[in-house]
Amino acid sequence: MPSIVKPLIPLAPLAKNELGLTIRDYEGAMSTLCAGCGHDSITAAITHTFWELSTPPHTIAKLSGIGCSSKTPTYFVRGAHGFNSAHGRMATIATGAAAANRELTYIGISGDGDSLSIGIGHLAHAIRRNVNMVYVIENNGVYGLTKGQLSASADIGTRPKKGEANVVAPIDPIMLGLAMGATFLARGFSGDKEQLIPILKAAVAHNGLALIDVISPCVTFNDHEGSTKSYRFMREHEVKEVVTDYVPVREEIEVSLAGRGTRSVTMHDGSVLTFRTVPEGYDPTNRLKVEEYIREHQRHGEVVTGLLYLDESAHSMHEINHTPSEGLNKVPYSALCPGSAALDDLMNDFR
Amino acid sequence: MTIDAAPTVRVNDFAIKLANVNGTGSASANSLLMQAIFRMGIPVSGKNLFPSNIQGLPTWYEIRVNKSGYTARALEYDLMVAMNAQTYAEDIAAVRSGGYVLFDSSWPLDDDLVRDDVTFLGVPLARLCLDNFTQPRERILMKNIAYAGAIVALLGIDVNLVRALLAETFARNEALRDSNQKALSLGYDFALETFDCPLPFRVEAMGATDSILIDGNTATALGALYAGATVAAWYPITPATAVMDNFTKLCATYRREVVAGENEGDPPTVKNNYIILQAEDEIAAIGMVLGGGWSGARSFTSTSGPGISLMNELLGLAYYTEIPAVIVDVQRTGPSTGMPTRTQQADLLLCAYASHGDTKHILTFPANPAECFEFAVASFDLAEHFQTPVFMLLDLDIGMNDWVVPKLTWDDSFVPDRGRVLTDEDLAGMKEFFRYAHADAEHVAARTLPGSDSKGAYFIRGSGHDQFGRYTENPAEYQEVVDRLKLKHAAAAAHVPPPVVVQRPGASIGIITIGGCDLAVREAIDVLADRGLPADFMRVRGFPFVADVRQFVESYEHCFVVEQNRDGQLRSLIAIETGVPIERMHSILAYGGFPLSAAQVVDGVIGHGVIVNQEN
Repeated sequence: MPSIVKPLIPLAPLAKNELGLTIRDYEGAMSTLCAGCGHDSITAAITHTFWELSTPPHTIAKLSGIGCSSKTPTYFVRGAHGFNSAHGRMATIATGAAAANRELTYIGISGDGDSLSIGIGHLAHAIRRNVNMVYVIENNGVYGLTKGQLSASADIGTRPKKGEANVVAPIDPIMLGLAMGATFLARGFSGDKEQLIPILKAAVAHNGLALIDVISPCVTFNDHEGSTKSYRFMREHEVKEVVTDYVPVREEIEVSLAGRGTRSVTMHDGSVLTFRTVPEGYDPTNRLKVEEYIREHQRHGEVVTGLLYLDESAHSMHEINHTPSEGLNKVPYSALCPGSAALDDLMNDFR
Repeated sequence: MTIDAAPTVRVNDFAIKLANVNGTGSASANSLLMQAIFRMGIPVSGKNLFPSNIQGLPTWYEIRVNKSGYTARALEYDLMVAMNAQTYAEDIAAVRSGGYVLFDSSWPLDDDLVRDDVTFLGVPLARLCLDNFTQPRERILMKNIAYAGAIVALLGIDVNLVRALLAETFARNEALRDSNQKALSLGYDFALETFDCPLPFRVEAMGATDSILIDGNTATALGALYAGATVAAWYPITPATAVMDNFTKLCATYRREVVAGENEGDPPTVKNNYIILQAEDEIAAIGMVLGGGWSGARSFTSTSGPGISLMNELLGLAYYTEIPAVIVDVQRTGPSTGMPTRTQQADLLLCAYASHGDTKHILTFPANPAECFEFAVASFDLAEHFQTPVFMLLDLDIGMNDWVVPKLTWDDSFVPDRGRVLTDEDLAGMKEFFRYAHADAEHVAARTLPGSDSKGAYFIRGSGHDQFGRYTENPAEYQEVVDRLKLKHAAAAAHVPPPVVVQRPGASIGIITIGGCDLAVREAIDVLADRGLPADFMRVRGFPFVADVRQFVESYEHCFVVEQNRDGQLRSLIAIETGVPIERMHSILAYGGFPLSAAQVVDGVIGHGVIVNQEN
């Protein structure tokens, strides 16, 4: 994908994070997406997230498939290790990479074409395996790079820019995740960075696969009247009841339990998530209730956003497979090869 | 039905075929016989010709015993053990004239099946088992060991050795061991009492050997273990499944550490120095391998032709982005589903040029399980040295059948070739890092691993890129990279296992072959020499080809290429890649799904018009 190097203009002193790095250090190349593309806002949220978390850039591995969304890893954290793979296959490569080196933070960027059509099998199985990664779907309901075909996430009745309205049922990645045993499910809106950043932080802290479906309007092909993935539709139909606060492990944790319906969950790394202004009875750890809540709102044409489901007790891929804490790629060869004596001994089994 | 006391005695030189119904427990009886002969120090092979089915269809097992080591598949059988009434007619017809048929005489044999030129040995197996066992399942299963007992007597196999093998096999199950020993005696004693044992063809113990009996899939798994593979991803497929089954078992034994709990009473924790991912399909399997290879872990997958077809997309990504990966292809009969339990060598061109666009891959071709072990290790070195996918192509015959090979050994001074990987210290001493720039004499550029210092961070992309790793649509910049890849592939010729060449004085023809055809072709060359037609032999063991391959073809007026596919894929590959005119080579092809036999090669050479004319 073409990209343009971003000019680094020194402005007034920028705030520094714990590593002494500024937000500029977490940026990437200049975006070549259309002006106003929702994906660019997500890129900005990811940039902020890693800067605020003080994640060392070289410990981030950013992966993607093919499509507009998959171009975006070029646009954030230039010091991270990037892999722009093949259409729909990002999850497989992320799985292998995470399996080989558990010391990095893996973030996969995908789209609704990439993840809900050609790569849906890989997404489903990455969820099952609970691969240690953040999986972002930048969901705009259309194929942008091939100029506007509807995708599998397009709602019934959605009109493409050209052609007939959609008549087949959409695939909702959150519902898919609930069915596949996902341990972290969130939905965001690219137009709401304030909500997205805490979700991303929580996703990074999560032990396992954190799936974030971000509705991200395509200004060129899916922002018109009749689209349910447009800025206007989202502004009018978003139900932002499930708001999340992320409290890093290093900070003193002060969680107000006074608020009605407030609920907090301690993450694997010790950080704490607090769900506030949660609707009464909303339990983000109850799979059935979560599904019922989302479906109820969908019936009224509403899109619920926020961190919707969380299970911090499940084992991640590494725990399931008992991989060494230092990462398989660090195990010295001497620990891997049984040597000549063992082989000689083993040969007795073949006589 | 008496033994024809034929005077010619043949020791350690015969072939028998056992016709069974699959899923009835015959496999263990058949391999027991083969293993017993192997333990007597006699060269032997066992070929399982089985259906793609779990229970109820015809299945055959062929044992060839040959003191000179000619253990390729024989096409003439001295003894047929006809245990499947469904196939009586074809099985009885397959015995050579003067041969023997062992059948279950609990029921009479139809008159129209009887041949005058064959001796029928009736053993009332069903009745013996009915009289001596009470459990219905035992009565069926033990028929197999009973016929094995009869064969032990008929062939002069050391019965004590067979008893010892049964004792080893059933060491942990006394009841089963006793039933098996009893069944063995039933058949053995009946044969000794009823027939003139042993038959004119028989075994006699040979000297102790340092050989082992092993299948190629197991040896491949051992190779991956010793190579230091830590990430394995796969999807179940016949005939490759046993590679990962064995790798899983081996890892559990050699790569698992159980660490005691920190405090007293804490449960122990398990640490696995490996991960084996059973993927959702072969696309995912190769994707995982690429993720592992990118990260600097030795990663591999095992599959068969249909899996390679699915992997094509990501194999191109690996080739173009230069990621190490090892792909074990246990070839089966194609196209499409083909015959999953039958052997072929028809994935050569598919693997050589896997994926769209201009691609070329490194291939290794083991001929037997010993080479599977050796080449598996070599394949991991090649993959990391050249930062590219490497295919090891075996086939069902090598992978799933037991072979007698010299015992595997390991050199503890072995240091794996991890290729050009930059450390943070290396990066610190560099002004700038560019992924595909500054290639060495073999056209390999240094890589960094994810997690290394940000100075070494780059963006892998399957889209057009220049030598700096940047996106490009510029023709010159694009070509610079793909041209280097071509040179890099060519440079691998000096590193792949070299061809094996055997020359004979006065040879007028050359025969090139590959993989599991090895033994049949060597035997054929001996037969041809006896018939006054000495031939030189070359077995290619790696791709890209060394210059010797072209020279070999050009050295003979007539050069034959023996392989197991319809289209002469090796012949085409040699012609395409070495530039030698394709008409300089004549194909001898066997692609029906069964392992090659020497007779097919001899017939191919003799039957070739050019040779006949030359002899005239």
